[in-house]
Order: sequence, then structure tokens, then C-alpha cells
Amino acid sequence: MKGFLGIDVGSVSTNIVLLNDHKEVLISLYLRTKGNPIKAVQDGLQDISVQLAGTGIDIAGVATTGSARRLAGVVVGADTVKNEITSHAVAAIFVQPEVQTVIEIGGQDSKLIIIRNGVVVDFAMNTVCAAGTGSFLDHQAVRLQIPVEEFGQLSLQSNNPVRIAGRCSVFAESDMIHKQQMGYSLPDIIAGLCEALTRNYLNNLAKGKDLKSPVLFQGGVAANVGIKDAFEKALDKQVLVPEDHHVMGAIGAAIIARETVKNKGSTDFKGLELSEFFYRAESFECNHCPNICEIINIFRDDVLLARWGSRCGRWEQEAHHILTSSKRW
Amino acid sequence: MGIKKITFAHMGTSALAFKMLFQDLGYEVINPPVPDKHILSLGVKYSPEFACIPFKIVLGSYLKIIENNPHVIVSAGGFGPCRAGYYGEMHRRILNELGYNPDFIFFWPPLKKPLNFFKKIYQLKDKTSFISAMIALKRAWKKLKALDQIEILSHKIRAREKNHGMTTYAFHRGLTYLDEARTTSSIREAREAAVEELRKVPVDNQRSVLNIGIVGEIYVQLEPAANFHIEELLGNMTAVPHRTIFLTNFARKSPFSHDSKAKKIAKPFLPEMVGGHGQQSVGDVVSFSQQGYDGVIQLAPFTCIPEIVAKSLMPYLSKRMNIPVLTLFIDEQTGQAGVETRVEAFIDMIQQRQKD
Repeated sequence: MKGFLGIDVGSVSTNIVLLNDHKEVLISLYLRTKGNPIKAVQDGLQDISVQLAGTGIDIAGVATTGSARRLAGVVVGADTVKNEITSHAVAAIFVQPEVQTVIEIGGQDSKLIIIRNGVVVDFAMNTVCAAGTGSFLDHQAVRLQIPVEEFGQLSLQSNNPVRIAGRCSVFAESDMIHKQQMGYSLPDIIAGLCEALTRNYLNNLAKGKDLKSPVLFQGGVAANVGIKDAFEKALDKQVLVPEDHHVMGAIGAAIIARETVKNKGSTDFKGLELSEFFYRAESFECNHCPNICEIINIFRDDVLLARWGSRCGRWEQEAHHILTSSKRW
Repeated sequence: MGIKKITFAHMGTSALAFKMLFQDLGYEVINPPVPDKHILSLGVKYSPEFACIPFKIVLGSYLKIIENNPHVIVSAGGFGPCRAGYYGEMHRRILNELGYNPDFIFFWPPLKKPLNFFKKIYQLKDKTSFISAMIALKRAWKKLKALDQIEILSHKIRAREKNHGMTTYAFHRGLTYLDEARTTSSIREAREAAVEELRKVPVDNQRSVLNIGIVGEIYVQLEPAANFHIEELLGNMTAVPHRTIFLTNFARKSPFSHDSKAKKIAKPFLPEMVGGHGQQSVGDVVSFSQQGYDGVIQLAPFTCIPEIVAKSLMPYLSKRMNIPVLTLFIDEQTGQAGVETRVEAFIDMIQQRQKD
């Protein structure tokens, strides 16, 4: 049987999904990236190889997405490397063909994707501020000593959310501390925080955009019912959280891998046994011209695997024979 | 005193033409450095926090060259109620406070302020005769036009190139030919050689390419180091960028030039002059849509009021004129990866829209 891998390597988590030919999720993994994307991918594939042993499933295609998509793509031999906006949109359209709005909040970025008739027509991504993303919620949970998973439930207990300044994550934190010192209850403060973050998201990304139903909420933060609830109140619309909300980017990538391989005929996948190899990345500045490009070399056991970064292409030309699969991303 | 040293800020390929002009006028030219991380951090350190990225990069460039003791710094003057009009003066004061006192000469486009232009040329030409100065100016203009011409050609070819990087390589070779050319006839020959160099790049003529308009503030349009080399980025994604501002059209700014037409087109949507290139950006989006372009990217320095005003009209214009618009705000915090992701998703989106 054929399986298609989607690998989403983000700032906080690395998600890997295996779909069968009918686009059903066979395996989904959610791992922490911990600042080492290659290691996270190696560990994930190792896990998948154990789970697949004896099932007769062959990996027939693989695609990577997320902020480390290019690096991960080279390591695994991706058939295609896609940006996370496209991947999330593809997955959203797959689980809910009528979808018109996708809210995605991940570890360090948030996106808004507007879809009409199954096609992305507009999108926005946060630029200057990471308030309201997963990292910030993580940080607040640690500070309040509540597991982040319970954050949302607690906020639902509130009848009277306090108003928290959500413009900036640092000020949001000092405002929360201030409200705690004033003696407000924890559920009211957390509910207030969820509302503030929702406000921040809508102000930053949704200005001038028409958010129509159905609205899908995906990304790690969608697990937080408090934020979902705040979105429903702010938009006055039902907000749907898909079952696999935390791995939607990887699902999208796997679907894209399936399409790509269909057109291409074969896969470039390098196999699940990556953990046997040692990978390292090195960079240097090329002083050949005033551009002073930073050239990045990726080695697998001292063999050059990929190289990028030169604008004139001279370093890539030299490494051309190994680069054929990752040239266009 | 011996030969005076002169310098100016780097802005795209135009540096090559200005270098020749000032050498012809009898100066020793201190080559303006291409903006890099070091220059940006210098600029950020000595600029007001809310100054825009062009201000910071230009100040950083001055601070980097100031070690070579230039006697004269030449800079462009700004227009209207945009802060850029004061920037030259601000730069001068910041340098003064740091203990440097080079002479500043500010230039405005000749057709806008003709008297001022000739006064400045007079000031600049020093001991050179007026006739020789005019001849030098004409020659520099020829070079500027040739530079723009090969750049536009490189954009068309890059989107269709068979091997990544070949066009950029050929383009840079072409630039060195033009840099070496010092007479009107050799400029023409160099231009032809540069065109020839670009024509030799193997291309795939069957490839369907997207045409993307680029609008926005002048500095972030013209200086690739400030806009994350967006034209190369687009070219690598098989899209042809069409910039609205080139120094050759900016310098010809007059009541009949391109930007005045753009402003006229913008009138129904934005009747007020908002300073900078704000109104022009709006008009350009409208005309790109009328000409059937596939999308528009608006480049704006973070905190740039004219572009913020223009940006607030973009969702409406995009819907009304049925053309996708992506706005990129640029400042020292903007990351290369973020720009790449957005541009890539934008191109993906346009391709999907057209498939349906």
C-alpha cells in the first residue's frame, strides 16, 4: 500500500503525518523542535519506521513545509517544498470543502487565509508582533503554573473577563500581573487574556478582510477552548476546530506530496533510516563580489548534500549534481 | 587643497553612473558601500527609533564612508509632506554632532526645480567648465539609461532561465562592462555587450511566467539590499517584476511624467496628496490591473505614512480592480525568511486563482 508523508517543521513543533492513498491519516506525530530541526525530523522518521514495520506500507511521496521546509526537504529528499500558507489552505479545504476563512495560530506566527470557492484569494501573516501565539501562551502557563492544556477550560469558568492590554506581549504580561495583584480571579484573568489575544489577532490580520463562515481554527493554539470561545464571541460566528488541528500543515503537505508524485511519477524520498546518518550545517561568507552572500552547506556524514545562499548561483552551479531536487522550492 | 573627495549613498545600479559623473567633474569618488548588516546596525544606532529604513541605511552608509573623510556628500532631496524632505538635513546634523562636517549638496529632479538644479550643478562642478559639466551630465544620463535597460531585460530573462543564477551572473558581468565604459560610444558598446551577455543565458520560452507589478516608496524599490532582492526572488519563482520607479523616470519627474499620470488615475480613489509616493502607489495598482498584470507587490518602509495611507486602500482596490495585492513593510526587524514565505505564498495563490 502507498503512503504519503507530510513534514511540517516549525519553530516550536515538528509535525509529521502519514496519509494513505485515500487521504486518510494513518500516523500523526507532534514533536517539539527544540531548536534542532534535523534531529526532530530524524527522530520522527525513526518513530514512523518502527510503526510501519511489517505493515507493507511504502512511502510513495514526501513534502516539507514550515519555517525549516528547505532544510528538512534536503534531508529527507522531498518531492516538493511548500510554504506553510499553501499547506494549511490545502488541508483546510480537504477537511471542509466549503471553508471560507482559516485562522491558524502556531508557535511563533499567526496567519489568516481567506478562501473562496476552494481557492486562496487573500492571506495575511503577523509581522511585527508575536503576541497571542503559542510561545506566549506557553510562557504565561508556566508563569501561572497551570498546564497549558488546562488554560482554556479555566477561562470558560469565567463569568466576567477582565480587560487585558493585548497590544504587546510584554505589556500584556505586566497588565496580567497587575490584575492578579488587584485580586481578580484566575479564570477571569485568563478569559481576559484570551479575549485580548483574539483582539490583537483580528486587529493585526483581519483589517479590511471579510471573514465569512465556515471558519476553521487550526494550529497548536486551536486546542485552547478559551481562545476558540473568544473568537466565536468576537466574530459572532461558529468557529470549527478540526480533529487534527495541530498537524494541519503536515496534512496539507502530505496531500501536496500525493499530487506532486502523481504528476512526477516517482519519489525522491531518501528512506526512513535517516537516524543512522550524521547531519551538519556549515556556513561561510563568499567574498567574491560585494554581495557577500552567506553560503550554507549541508553535509551528511561529510558528504555535501546541499548548498544554497549564493545569489549569483556560482556555488550552486558547482554542487549542481546533488542539488537537482531542491532547486525550485 | 588637492582633489576633493566626494561620495553618495548607494541606490541600486545608479551608483555606477554617479561615480563616472563625479570623476568627470574632477573629484575623487569614494565608492559607496552596498548596504549590509554592518551598515544597517550603524544606521540604527544613530537614527531616531521611528525613522524609516531608508533613513537608517543611508545614515549607516555615510557613517561607514566617513572614515575616508569625504569633502562632499551628494544626496537627493525629498518632496512634499513626507519626512524624507528633512532627511538630508537630519543626516547632516547627526554627522555634525558626531564631529564630521562634510559639505552636503541636495539635488531635486531637474524638471521640477530647474533653477535650483543648475545652481547645484554650478556649486558641484567646481573648476570644471560649465560646458564640460553639461557634457559629463549627459554622458552620465546615457549610462543611467543603459543600466536601467539591462536591468529590465535581466528581469524578463531571469523568470525564464533554465539554470538558477545564470541571469544574475550575466547581469553582473554586464554591469562591469558598463562600469568600465567612459565615453558615449563605449557606453553604447558596453550596453550592447551587456545585452548580448544576457541574451546568451539559456531560457525556456515555453514557460508561462507571471507579471508582477512593484509599487511603493522609491528607496526600497531601487535598492535591492533594502528589499531583500525581491526582483531576484520573484525571478527565481518564474515571475517577471515590473518596477514603477527607475531613477531615469524619477529624474524626469515633471507635470507630464509617469508619476503625474499615476496620480491622475489615483484621483477617484485618493484625491489628496499624501506625500512620498503614496498617491502614485494607488494609481499604479489601478493601471497594473487595467493592463492585465497578474498581481502587485507594494513595498513600504515601516512607519512610512504615505505608504500606510496607500495600504489602507489596497483591500478595496484589490477587490474592485480584481488584482491580488501583497504589501510588505520593511524595517530592520524584517526577516528574509518571512519575506520569502509571503512572496512564495502570494505567487502560489495567483497561480491557483488562474488555474480555476
